[in-house]
Amino acid sequence: MNARVSFLRGWQRNRSLAATAVVFVVLYGVAASLHEAFLTPPVFVSLLTDNAFLGIAALGATLVIFSGGIDLSVGAVIGFTSIFVATLIERHAVPPLLAWVIGLGAGTVLGGVMGWLIHHFKLPPFLVTLAGMFFARGLGFWIGTESIGINSPLYARIASFELGTSSWVFPANALILLGAMGLVYLLAHHSRFGRNLLAIGGSEHSALLMGLPIGATKIAVYALSSFCAASAGIVATFYTGSGNPSMGVGLELDAIAIVVIGGTLLSGGRGHILGTVLGILVFGTLQAAILFDGRLSSWWMRIVVGGLILVFILLQRLVLRHVAQRVG
Amino acid sequence: MPPEQKRNLSPLVWPLAGLCALVLINVAFDPAFLSLSSIDGKLYGTPIDILTQGSRTMLVALGMTLVIATGGVDLSVGSVVAIAGAVCAMLLQTGHSLALTLAAAVGAGLLAGSINGALVAWIGVQPIVATLILMVAGRGVAQLIVEGQVVVISNPAFDFVANGFVVGLPFAPLLVFALYGLAHCGLRHTSLGLFVEAVGDNETASRFAGLAATKVKGFAYLFCGACAGLAGVMVAANIKAADSYRAGENMELDAIFAVVVGGTALTGGRFLLFGTAIGALLIQTLTSTMYNLGVPPAVAPVPKALLIVMVAWLQSERTSRWLRGLVKRKAAA
Repeated sequence: MNARVSFLRGWQRNRSLAATAVVFVVLYGVAASLHEAFLTPPVFVSLLTDNAFLGIAALGATLVIFSGGIDLSVGAVIGFTSIFVATLIERHAVPPLLAWVIGLGAGTVLGGVMGWLIHHFKLPPFLVTLAGMFFARGLGFWIGTESIGINSPLYARIASFELGTSSWVFPANALILLGAMGLVYLLAHHSRFGRNLLAIGGSEHSALLMGLPIGATKIAVYALSSFCAASAGIVATFYTGSGNPSMGVGLELDAIAIVVIGGTLLSGGRGHILGTVLGILVFGTLQAAILFDGRLSSWWMRIVVGGLILVFILLQRLVLRHVAQRVG
Repeated sequence: MPPEQKRNLSPLVWPLAGLCALVLINVAFDPAFLSLSSIDGKLYGTPIDILTQGSRTMLVALGMTLVIATGGVDLSVGSVVAIAGAVCAMLLQTGHSLALTLAAAVGAGLLAGSINGALVAWIGVQPIVATLILMVAGRGVAQLIVEGQVVVISNPAFDFVANGFVVGLPFAPLLVFALYGLAHCGLRHTSLGLFVEAVGDNETASRFAGLAATKVKGFAYLFCGACAGLAGVMVAANIKAADSYRAGENMELDAIFAVVVGGTALTGGRFLLFGTAIGALLIQTLTSTMYNLGVPPAVAPVPKALLIVMVAWLQSERTSRWLRGLVKRKAAA
């Protein structure tokens, strides 16, 4: 019985991963048939480069969703960190490395406080992180309402940094995203912390009875998500060469959309980081295809993303019902 | 039943006290805050402004109260506001009558509500996720309807919905108050309100008790969609244009805040309609207080965020246990 359950669960997990992979391949194929440029390496690499900060935020959001929570503050934390770091470097002559550490620290503390409120006082995660979103966004605008350009030599070096062969050239942002994917994958699927997260998301009560450190894990995952968002904010300053308090408005929705498209259950307890990686690629392909095609207006992006979320949710419900029937 | 009475009374006291405290702070900074003046038989003044501006949030929060009472949440109301505004603009531009336009806008809200309701009640998707779909796609749909333009609406009768006066009083808050009255009668003087609370408290138990839980939930989302649709009309009428990018922006947050501040439990199972009304006015007063104090609009979310966490913190069980312990210790000493 147990073997059968775990087999069904494993099959279900792989099937939703496979579904996302199929969607990506089909989408990319359609895009490539419309625009031949999609078949060249630079366009594929640009999927990573252009979605680097969104992707890093989505990776952090995936971990929170594993635990059965949700983090709506990621977009605001990106905006806050970008303007905070830019102000530190440009207005207060702080060395960039130190500014990054301070920015990451501030983000992590905010996430930790949110996690503490959620765990200790049993407040709903969406409410606390919603308030966190208002707080971080407001704080960002308090630091500065205007975009601040960063003229540090280190930034110039990062902007011109590239790695790869003659046809496959990876800029710094794409490499950072790939690195983040690898790290979060190890953390989620090859560490005790990752297993604890999924256990808590599956059933917090069972996890408690198993003696898992629920409080520490939950607080850590919100701190980690905000740390990812703060890193994404720093990557955003690489991408635009500036800090802007309104960066990442509405990005939390895109991040959640990516997680859902990746087949992770929003009720927690089930999912895979590889799904999120595929979700980032699906999202990037959609955005690039709509940009390439001048006839399609930007609002189609929203509608298509909404439709994709709907399809994946319905798919998950069907699969879950199927698994419940087979197991029961 | 004195204890029962006490329980029904106390939740309304807190938001009222908060509102009074805010008004007092304002009066202390600006004694003219509460003054009203009559020009051409129409009342003007800061309190009237707050009522008029706050009426839209009040209306959205009215629908949100029911949804939250069933243990759900509707994140799509902001997008529905934008869709309703876009529908108004397109119909009025093509010369349709005002009655048809209003009906179509509310109809658009009902359609949105039925999608949310179907996903949550029948298919069993979590409310945050189900309404997220329309929150993302809805704004795209609104932009599609007006083709990404900000359409100006010049129709005096339409303008009346937001800026009109009836016997010297502003029309918009009067309309919203009337709707609150109707909702109160419909919910508290029939068993409907009890059904909503029962489903929110324990859906399984309510189903075993013979309640059509899916229908009750579906009704809550439909009602919320209709409220958001009508609020969309008022938003469009207020700025005399359909702005599919900014209309209803962050409205879902303000509405949820109003409901929570008003004493409705986010876990569902209990709702206070008039608490929500006071909560919405409290948030509007807070917003205009910050304008008066010269806080830049972009920074205004910070105190709002702190306020909402504080209210939720005060409502949490752990805090109330701690406070009760504190009182007991003091009494013992």
